[in-house]
Amino acid sequence: MASMADFTETQAEAGRTLRVTGRMTLSGLADFPQRLDAVEAPVAAIDISALDRIDTVGAWIVHRFAARTGAKILGASDEAARLMSLVSRSEESVRVRPEAPNPVVRVVTEIGDATVVALRTLAGLVAFFGAILVATWDIMRHPRRLRINAIVHRFELVGVKALGIIGLMSFLIGIVIAQQGAVQLQQFGAEALTVNLVGRITTRELGVLMTAIMVAGRSGSAFAAQLGTMKLTEEIDAMRTIGVSPIEALVIPRMLAAIVMMPLLGFYATVVSIFGGGLFCWVSLDLPPITFVQRLQEVIPITDLWVGLLKAPVFGAIIALSGCFQGMQVESNAEQIGLRTTSAVVQAIFLVIVLDAFFAVFFSQIGWI
Amino acid sequence: MDLNAPIAIRVRGICNSFGDQVIHDGVDLDVRNGEILGVVGGSGTGKSVLMRTIIGLQRPIAGEIEIFGEPMTEEDSDAQLDLRRRWGVMFQGGALFSTLTVAENVQVPLREFYPGLTPQLLDEIAAYKVVMAGLPANAGPKYPSELSGGMKKRAGLARALALDPRLLFLDEPTAGLDPISAAAFDELTMSLSKTLGLTVFLITHDLDTLYAICDRVAVLADHKVVAVGTIPELLATDHPWIQSYFNGPRGRAAQTAVDRHMAKGA
Ligand SMILES: Nc1ncnc2c1ncn2[C@@H]1O[C@H](COP(=O)(O)OP(=O)(O)OP(=O)(O)O)[C@@H](O)[C@H]1O
Ligand SMILES: [Mg+2]
Repeated sequence: MASMADFTETQAEAGRTLRVTGRMTLSGLADFPQRLDAVEAPVAAIDISALDRIDTVGAWIVHRFAARTGAKILGASDEAARLMSLVSRSEESVRVRPEAPNPVVRVVTEIGDATVVALRTLAGLVAFFGAILVATWDIMRHPRRLRINAIVHRFELVGVKALGIIGLMSFLIGIVIAQQGAVQLQQFGAEALTVNLVGRITTRELGVLMTAIMVAGRSGSAFAAQLGTMKLTEEIDAMRTIGVSPIEALVIPRMLAAIVMMPLLGFYATVVSIFGGGLFCWVSLDLPPITFVQRLQEVIPITDLWVGLLKAPVFGAIIALSGCFQGMQVESNAEQIGLRTTSAVVQAIFLVIVLDAFFAVFFSQIGWI
Repeated sequence: MDLNAPIAIRVRGICNSFGDQVIHDGVDLDVRNGEILGVVGGSGTGKSVLMRTIIGLQRPIAGEIEIFGEPMTEEDSDAQLDLRRRWGVMFQGGALFSTLTVAENVQVPLREFYPGLTPQLLDEIAAYKVVMAGLPANAGPKYPSELSGGMKKRAGLARALALDPRLLFLDEPTAGLDPISAAAFDELTMSLSKTLGLTVFLITHDLDTLYAICDRVAVLADHKVVAVGTIPELLATDHPWIQSYFNGPRGRAAQTAVDRHMAKGA
C-alpha cells in the first residue's frame, strides 16, 4: 500500500517549493489539508511529480493551494492535469445550505410563522371538516359510491385488531382502580363501595377515555402516516386526476371506522375493566362474583352507560379527523411525516380530553349524575 | 484488491428468486476495467435486481461475485468496507435523502467514510461535485422536493461520485429526461468515465445511450445474460429478443442517427 500524502519544503533562490509525495486520494489525506492550509502565502511552486496517486479531491486541494498562494504547479502527470482541469472547470461558489437569517429576525419570523400556521391549521381543519360533510352528503345521495370493502377493511384494522391490546389495558386498569380504591375505602370500613367506584368510573369515564387514547395512538397515527406517505408519493394527486375524490376514498372510510368502532371498543373496554375490578374484589375482598354483579346493577344508573357511549363516536370522529387532516398536510419530505404523525396524536388526545371535560359539565347539568 | 485488475466485476452463476418467481438462473458476466458496459433487457427481467445483487443489497441464492478480484461477502471486514467505498450508485428512483439539501446529500458518504475532513473542505468538495455533475450552482442549497426530474438524476450522480469511486452503477440515468438533457447526461457520463478512469455499469432502455457511449452491451433475457459484446457483435447473433430490440423501428432509428453522425464527422 502506498504511503499517506505528505510534503517537504525546500528553499531555492526563486522562493520556496513544496514537494508532495504519497497518495493524494480521499483515503490518503488524513490531516494533510490542514497542514497544507498552515503554509504561509508566497510559495513559488508546488511539485507533484512524486505523487503515487491522485483523485479529484487531491486535485482540488492542489488547485486551491495554488490559487491561494500563487504557486506554480510542477510535474503534473497526464492524469493529474486532467483531473485538475476538471475540478477547475467545476469551480463555482455553491451554497450548501439555504441562507440562515440573523437570529433576531429569525425569532420574530418564527413567532409570526407559528401564529400564521396556527390560524391556517384552524381554518384548514374547518375547511377539511366542511369537505368531509360535503362528501358525506354526496355519498348519501349516491349510496353506491360508498366503498364498502375499504370500510370493512378499516373496521378490521381499527376495531378487531385493537381488541387484544385494549382488552389487556382495560383489564389492568380495572384491577388498579379496584386495588387503589379498596386501600382508601378500607380506612373508612367501606371497602364494599369499591364496586361503586369501579363500576361507575369505568362506565362513565375511563372505559371510553382510555380507549380513545389507545385508538389515537394506534389508528390516528396510522391514518396520518398512511395519508402522508401517499401524499409524498403523489398517490393522492394521481387519485384526483383519475377522478377519485381522496376524501371519499380515503378519509370517509377512516372516519366511519373510527366513529363506529369507538363505541364498540369503549363498551368492550368498560366490560373488561369491570371484569378486572370484579376479579380483584373476589380474590382480595372475598366478594363473590354473583354479589358483585348484583351490586353493579344497583349502583350503576343506565344513564352512565349513555354518557360513555354518547361520547365515544364524537371522540372517534375527532381522532380520525385530526389523523387524516394532518396526513393531508404533509408536503415535500419524509421528516414531515414524522412531525405530522406526532401532531395528529397530540392534537387528537388534547381535543379528546378537552371535550371530555365539556361533556362532564354538560351531563351533570342535565341531571345525569 | 487490485484496482487495475483487467476484470472489474466478475459475476458467476448468480441465481435469484422471489418466492417461486425465478429472476436469475445462472447469470455470468464480466465487466472489464475502464469500460462502459450497457445492460439491457425487457422490463422486469431483473436488471435492477442484478445491480442490487452486485452491490450486496440483495443476497443471491447461489453464485459468486468478485469486485477488483476481491470476493464479496456479508461480513463487515475492513476489506469489504474498502470495497464499498470504491463504488458509487445511482438508483432508479434517485433515492436522495429528502431532509438534506443536494450539497448535503453529496457530503453524506464523505462524512461517513472520512470523518476527519474539515467542514470547509467538505463544503468545497460538495460544491465542485455538484457543478461537475452538471447542476447549476444554485441547486446546492435546494431540497430534493424542489428539483426537477433531470436535476434529481444529476444530484444522484453527484452523490454517486462523492467518494471518487472507480466503479459507477447507473440505473436508467436518462429515463424520463428530454432528449437534449439525455444527450448531455450521456456526454457527461462518457467524459467523467474517461477523465476519472471509471468503470461504468449502466442499465438503460435508451438506445441512443447504447450507441453513443457504451463500449459493450450485455443482454439479459431468459433469466441469464444471453449475449455480451459490441453492438455489431450483438447484431450478428440470432437471438430473437436481440433482433427485435436492435432491429425494431426505434433500434433502426437510433442506428441511422449514429450513421449520419459518423458520416458528418468523417
Ligand atoms: N423486492 C421484491 N420482491 C418481489 N419481487 C421483486 C422485488 N424486486 C423485484 N422483484 C421482481 O423481480 C423482477 C425484476 O425486477 P427488476 O426491478 O430487476 O426489473 P428491471 O429489469 O430493472 O425492470 P425495469 O427495466 O422496468 O426497471 C420483477 O418481476 C419484479 O416484480
Ligand atoms: Mg429497474
